[in-house]
Amino acid sequence: MTTVAVVAARLPARRYLLLVVLAVWVLGWALFNGRDTLALGGAELTPLHTSLNEGMDAIDDGRNSNPFFLYFINYIRLFLDESVTFVQALISQASFGRPVPVLGWLGVAGLATAIAWLWGNGKVALLTAAGFLSFGVLGLWQESMDTLALTLTAVALSLAVGIPLGVWAGLSDRFHRVVTPVLDFMQTMPTFVYLAPLTLFFLIGPASATIATMIYAIPPAIRITAHGIRQVSPDTLEAGASLGATSAQALRHVRLPMAKQTIIVGVNQTIMAALSMATIAALIDAPGLGKTVLKALQTLDVGTAFNAGLAIVIMAVVLDRVTSAASRRVEAERRAGRLRTTRRRRLELAGTFGVVAVLGYLSYTYVWAAEFPVQAELGHYVRQAADAASLWVQDSLAATTDALKNVLTNTLLNPFEALLTGSPWWLVFGVVVAVALLVGSVRAALVTAAGLLVLVLLGLWQDSMVTLASTLVATILVMVLGVVLGVWMGRSDRADTMLRPVLDAGQTMPAFVYLVPILGLFGPTRFTAIIAAVVFAAPIAIKLVAEGIRRVSPTTVEAAVSAGTGTWQLISKVQLPMARSGVTLAASQGLIYVLSMVVVGGLVGAGALGYDVVAGFSQHQLRGKGLAAGLAIVVLGIVLDRVMSAATRRADVAAHGGVTHK
Amino acid sequence: MALTRSGRVRAIALVTGTGLLLTACGGAKVGETQQPAAGGEGGKSCGTFNLAVNPWVGYEANAAVIAHVAEKNLGCKVVKKDLKEEVAWQGFATGEVDAVVENWAHDDLKKKYIEDQKVAVSAGPTGNKGVIGWYVAPWMAQKYPDITDWKNLNKYADLFKTSESEGKGQLLDGDPSFVTNDAALVKNLKLDYKVVYAGSETALITAFRQSEKQQKPIIGYFYEPQWFLSELKLVKVNLPPYTEGCDADPAKVACDYPPYELDKIVSKKFADSGSPAYALVKNFTWTNDDQNLVAKYISEDKMTPEDAAAKWVADNADKVKAWVPQS
Repeated sequence: MTTVAVVAARLPARRYLLLVVLAVWVLGWALFNGRDTLALGGAELTPLHTSLNEGMDAIDDGRNSNPFFLYFINYIRLFLDESVTFVQALISQASFGRPVPVLGWLGVAGLATAIAWLWGNGKVALLTAAGFLSFGVLGLWQESMDTLALTLTAVALSLAVGIPLGVWAGLSDRFHRVVTPVLDFMQTMPTFVYLAPLTLFFLIGPASATIATMIYAIPPAIRITAHGIRQVSPDTLEAGASLGATSAQALRHVRLPMAKQTIIVGVNQTIMAALSMATIAALIDAPGLGKTVLKALQTLDVGTAFNAGLAIVIMAVVLDRVTSAASRRVEAERRAGRLRTTRRRRLELAGTFGVVAVLGYLSYTYVWAAEFPVQAELGHYVRQAADAASLWVQDSLAATTDALKNVLTNTLLNPFEALLTGSPWWLVFGVVVAVALLVGSVRAALVTAAGLLVLVLLGLWQDSMVTLASTLVATILVMVLGVVLGVWMGRSDRADTMLRPVLDAGQTMPAFVYLVPILGLFGPTRFTAIIAAVVFAAPIAIKLVAEGIRRVSPTTVEAAVSAGTGTWQLISKVQLPMARSGVTLAASQGLIYVLSMVVVGGLVGAGALGYDVVAGFSQHQLRGKGLAAGLAIVVLGIVLDRVMSAATRRADVAAHGGVTHK
Repeated sequence: MALTRSGRVRAIALVTGTGLLLTACGGAKVGETQQPAAGGEGGKSCGTFNLAVNPWVGYEANAAVIAHVAEKNLGCKVVKKDLKEEVAWQGFATGEVDAVVENWAHDDLKKKYIEDQKVAVSAGPTGNKGVIGWYVAPWMAQKYPDITDWKNLNKYADLFKTSESEGKGQLLDGDPSFVTNDAALVKNLKLDYKVVYAGSETALITAFRQSEKQQKPIIGYFYEPQWFLSELKLVKVNLPPYTEGCDADPAKVACDYPPYELDKIVSKKFADSGSPAYALVKNFTWTNDDQNLVAKYISEDKMTPEDAAAKWVADNADKVKAWVPQS
């Protein structure tokens, strides 16, 4: 919606047209309220849902009679199971006839620290050591290692598949066009939809969990690698070509080295995505911290869930900082040329791994280094503190938050939702396509029309509109937070240091952990779902806005300051307009993140598509409807994304095309 | 880079440090003290017993007690698998699940896996009686004594208005795992209510908890046996009584939910294997009070399921004796 406003402000004629469209909508709503709304009750099914159900049953039954498929899948499954089990044997599970894994806590912590030091720097090495020790201190060493084993295996395989595909997508426009919608699909299709069917083919165990994780973790690897390959400057490539380099040589000696830093960012995002699946994968018996969170949730044990969630956050932060440091180091080394002699580096490697070998031997041999000492565990303090905090918040703030919820729901959400769900579907259809045309492009309008028709065909029109209303309201809140906090963070390093850990926690703390306190505050309502989505999506928006603000050239800012511009003017007239691309990127990413929380929203009272997916996962006869709802979420994501990026392009053209401001 | 130099110094210091550690406090070696033999190598006749654990505490109580007896009395190696119901039933087909030990009806799954695919069989009731219905928090039943009769619900509809219910009373529904006729019930009983889907058991329990604490009116769908009822004794609202077949047409339902006989389902393969674990599952029955007690150990006293089961088994040796196959 912010983009709508931005674009409208630039183009007066279009703004009036938009207003006309909105007026027609409101008028039409008043006239036809309640007609042709295509409502469908919670347990009602359309023929399409029934046949989807039957289709899935048919696949179930055919599973055993299709030998090629079965063998093919079977080998993949065996490979995955063995890989995960092998890593578990090394670091988390009793193995090779021993009561403990091969590497105990001392060995694993030592190895991780060494890796952080050798490829990152001293600071992240310290952080790594502290992080790994904290798993033990929280009393969750083994669970953490199980999660780490599964995550690392899934990440390694995701990269093995994703980076080559990403290079291909970077080199070939055609492949890029083909693969992009597939990646959209993989990232927005709710995991709940394919979790149960996965276990039919890959059985219950690590293989299914790995595949589920990979489906979500591969897309960033492919996308960001392709982006890195593409952004290598054509001049450099031409220089290579003029020296007679073949395209294979150009790839190996020019494109890949220059894209290396971006590819590491891709690795980083792949790790984050994989880790965010830890809790959901636990629904099909994936070992690790996710299980602890889910078990705790059964008895609404916030403390235990928080404790395990904290371990996930720490793991994410450690992995994030180490990969980021590695990427910065690659960049610095590339810029500076090779400073270190290989001999020195070799010595460094040998020395460090010598220490690791000693630690590893100790943890292999001695009990004290193998099993984390129970005396050092402080997890119960964390649990008690989290319990007390959650209880206090629910008891003392509930009255205030309830009022806040009512105000925002009645003034913002309900009217908007009434407009979307109360109008006849053809009216909404016309209005939305017209808006897409006005703020975006003809192409975006066509995609929108096709997408909305699919929603009608899926039989989930009204549910989709309810979800759309909540999604847009959540995105607006995300952008308000994103701009306010992002500007603050972009302008002040101290704010950055303070906020960043909080934002990291918001992004990586499993939503299941904070469901209980926010339910206590806002009750099972659509608003609770919106809050959960904002907690998850605001961090990325804030970070991206801050990044944009920081990239505004200091000379411009200085010039404005010396010209006597006040702080407020500086922000609104200089910094924000110049960071526009960062802000629009924040809006589109925020939106995608909000959409990925639709299913979690279904667990806390959002109803609509999210609930349809959750119910489809739980009740056999609703499977087809759940699948349809998953598809509807994907469609919503694709439509919103295409309209937004078309609007962004239009705004860019307007900004650079000499259209006067104001 | 100055780091390298200081780094090497640090590395040397570390090596010497650990060297010292090595000689100073070696400590016990791995495998030196004999760990109690992991699991049940012992039970040759039992072998591995794959037990599905569905995600609610009552189920966990059943599973923990059965697993405890299977391991300790029969020497089985029990592998517990944390799974949602539907996934657990699929496990019968793929051969990865031997038993589901608390099943709530699921007629569609029974049809598919017992009748059509013939990969599962029923192993009889668990003895637990399931109740589904509409509940209010105790303070409401005290303040409005006649609220427990459905005929008076319209009188109180205003109390239950929320931001979600479009001016009607809110009927809070929806653990998504349970079949609900509530939308039809509201319509057919001509109640001035709107069904709002809470979406999870967590959401329902939190709502009832807050209702009691903040004296906030809530009416919603709930069920017994459930650990939360020992924390807060919710009061059931009486709907028109259930009669055989009154719920035959889901669209026309105007009566209460049927009483559920919770039962156990096992895979066909497991039933035919002659494993003592199968006999144990088949013989296993206990009362709602038994289950509630173990569930309380787990949820309120925060014991691990294993400890809770061990405690209950120790206190109820005679009941356990009746389950263990005598051969």
